[in-house]
Amino acid sequence: MRPVCVVGAGMSQWGEVWRKSFRELFVDAARAAIADAGVDHIDSLYVGCMTGGLFVGQEHIGALMADYLGMPGIPAAHVESACASGGIAFRQAFIEVGSGLSEIVMASGVEKMTDCSGDEATAALATAADAEYEVFNGATFPGLYALMAHAHMHKYGTTRAMLTAVAVKNHHNGSMNPFAQYPFKLKPETVETSVMVADPLRILDCSPITDGAAAVIVCSEEVAKKLRRPYIKVLGSGLATDIMQLAQREDITTIKSATLASQRALKMAGKQISDIQFAEVHDCFTIAEIMVAESIGKYKPGQAGAAFLAGESALDGKFPINPSGGLKSKGHPVGATGVAQVVEVFKQLTGKAENGRQIKGAPKLAMTQNMGGTGASSVVHIMEVA
Amino acid sequence: MAGIVGYGAHLPRHRIKVEEIAKVWGADAPSYKKGLMLREKSVPPPDMDTITLSVEAAKNAFRRAGNIDRSKVGAIYIGSESHPYAVKPSGTVVGEAMGIFNDCHCADFEFACKAGSEAMYVALSHVKAGEMKYALAIAADTSQGAPSDALEFSAAAGAAAFIMGADDLIAECLFTHSWMQDMPDFWRREHEFYPQHGGRFTGEEAYFATTRGASEAILKKSGMKPSDFKYAVFHQPNGKFPQRVALELGFTQEQIDPGWLAPRLGNTYSGASPIGLTGCLDVSKPGDMIFMCSYGSGSGSDAFIWKVTEKINRVRNLAVGTHKLLDENLTYVEYGTYAKFRHKIIKNK
Amino acid sequence: MSIFPSRSWREYPQRYRMEAVRFKKSGKTYFPPRQVDPTNGDTECEKVVLPETGKVTTYTVIRVAPSQWGDLSPYGLAIVELTDGTRLFGQMTDCNVDQIKIGMDVRIEFRLIQKEGTHGTLSYGYKFVPKWY
Repeated sequence: MRPVCVVGAGMSQWGEVWRKSFRELFVDAARAAIADAGVDHIDSLYVGCMTGGLFVGQEHIGALMADYLGMPGIPAAHVESACASGGIAFRQAFIEVGSGLSEIVMASGVEKMTDCSGDEATAALATAADAEYEVFNGATFPGLYALMAHAHMHKYGTTRAMLTAVAVKNHHNGSMNPFAQYPFKLKPETVETSVMVADPLRILDCSPITDGAAAVIVCSEEVAKKLRRPYIKVLGSGLATDIMQLAQREDITTIKSATLASQRALKMAGKQISDIQFAEVHDCFTIAEIMVAESIGKYKPGQAGAAFLAGESALDGKFPINPSGGLKSKGHPVGATGVAQVVEVFKQLTGKAENGRQIKGAPKLAMTQNMGGTGASSVVHIMEVA
Repeated sequence: MAGIVGYGAHLPRHRIKVEEIAKVWGADAPSYKKGLMLREKSVPPPDMDTITLSVEAAKNAFRRAGNIDRSKVGAIYIGSESHPYAVKPSGTVVGEAMGIFNDCHCADFEFACKAGSEAMYVALSHVKAGEMKYALAIAADTSQGAPSDALEFSAAAGAAAFIMGADDLIAECLFTHSWMQDMPDFWRREHEFYPQHGGRFTGEEAYFATTRGASEAILKKSGMKPSDFKYAVFHQPNGKFPQRVALELGFTQEQIDPGWLAPRLGNTYSGASPIGLTGCLDVSKPGDMIFMCSYGSGSGSDAFIWKVTEKINRVRNLAVGTHKLLDENLTYVEYGTYAKFRHKIIKNK
Repeated sequence: MSIFPSRSWREYPQRYRMEAVRFKKSGKTYFPPRQVDPTNGDTECEKVVLPETGKVTTYTVIRVAPSQWGDLSPYGLAIVELTDGTRLFGQMTDCNVDQIKIGMDVRIEFRLIQKEGTHGTLSYGYKFVPKWY
């Protein structure tokens, strides 16, 4: 595989975007990425989206988006792996450029989640779990992560305060992100008195329902150099799956797919987890950030919570996590999230993070971790300054 | 020879007191309690229905029957007035759940509160005729009473299951007798949610005449008198009717006590006298004679005379007892939860 | 999304009779059954019926329920380890949700799981109740 770079990034508005349709959100992000990169064409397009069908009755998404981008005819495909759809769309672009098949590939993600009732949205999201043996029996996503949270708290003594610290820190970061859905700071008491959704997870432990799109331009190093724009290098990609049903996994206090994906990405990159200086991880629920930080090997099992309570994951901490505000504050338009993580890393590594969100000390090596459902799929990328 | 090879009951955990219902409708709780001889009734939660109650009662019946070959169960009959579907049998669901399929006769029975005893009557006949080795009869209901109607105080839920067979019996059925007439005392038209009834007309000419008709006939047929029996169980729409008919026929309070569950259970409709029978079997001794007479509005009564064998001592404790289900581990609900559970609240579709 | 009758019907051996599969080489039991053992790729297996009782290994209480579960809200969900070591997920019922604990003894009971409104089919299956006898 030859070196692969990211040379531009763009996002649409994120939030309850009533005025933009599914396809308009994508076009906004795509055009912003193209402008940011300064490319005059793309060779192909990957669009990550969990379920255009269940949210807005639309499939055939690769073709639709290529069409509406004004480029009907280019190779385009829809990529799906529940909430890991965007991360895997990015991986597909990485493989296509790295293999030499294409020079410039757009990796994008989009989800329009508000053109349906709350009930319909919940049912659509639930398709990321086991339909016949989890959802049929009354499982919801907060419920499944709550099962993992109780198991983690029982095994390691992880506390309510540790979960709260994740939410508070992510909102602190998101308050500086112009694209965040909820750009406001949160007090711990607000988190801890918010309505209980599925014990022990409260509404402020949960990422929101969001409309949004994100796109990045992935290209060969030769193209990146010719464009004379800031760019970063993608050193490694790792993808892994795990048993779908929580009840059939050996240990639900760890996310095995994140461990495997991270090992594979680091191996490809020729790096260790200790080399990684900051990360964007999949905090669909506060407990997920704790479990992923342990699963990727940055913290020993059961120890991330205390470290976060001590401030290690803050912007100025030992290992900043989710400088963008994470899924919690930035929002979680499912298929777009994995790509938005790359957008943030691109901004941080090129010194372009807005409003004081820039991690100090010019970090060089970062990781993104994006996962589907309760971790039946995880995709990890390692990126470095050029 | 034919009789019971296995028996079991299943009841909901939830109860609602007469006071809770009375307070919503401005009714005088003490006079209802006294008049009906009833203080509370069982309430099935939304995930419990006639089919689920039947399955759990049947599991208890199979536990007491021992390791019988399920492929020899030749019939499965469920009697209820609250079958979950208007068209699609309850019996096939229960049969599939109990592993009794495919070579089996199946029918759902209906006759107001005597649908359960009908299932027992027919199951016994098949076995007695030598048609099959075992036949499963289940009596189950999650009955509805119209809000603010007198029947709302008593309409309850429960199930009893009996595996009938020809040998290795827990109780032999010595005699049966059925009595019927056309009696418009209580009915429900199709597509109506709640039943209607004739108020005081449901008493003397309906419940009492029919029950007496079957009871006197079976006593005559068998040449027995009330004092020959250890226990007697009657249909129990409330606590008062079975007590009155028992005493009028010459039975005593002591004889009806173990099967007289309505005061704490309410009226389990098709389940009433069958569940009462399980309550008697739980405390009976070898050689005891048990008198049973059901009643279903419309109307009809099925009467049975049972003789308990020594097998009762070996199997009684192989499944949970009816009185334990009746009295232990109860959760009381208020009217709002009860109305929600019983689908009485109008919601958006 | 509504549940077409054939989807429920196909799962009867599992949802009505708790039939699982045990693979010969690893001896592991899976519920619901699968055709290939994920630990070693083995395809030789036998049908087993799960035991009726077990203990809660983790749980949650759903307090914001999807509308089809509204009448039961709040309700408990648990992963239970049965007495033979098989783990399965299901809903708790007939219990005070504030008293669910890890390690609690439960038993399996046959219950109505989902209704397709007032006109569709009824899907039955298993739930867990606290073991009180």
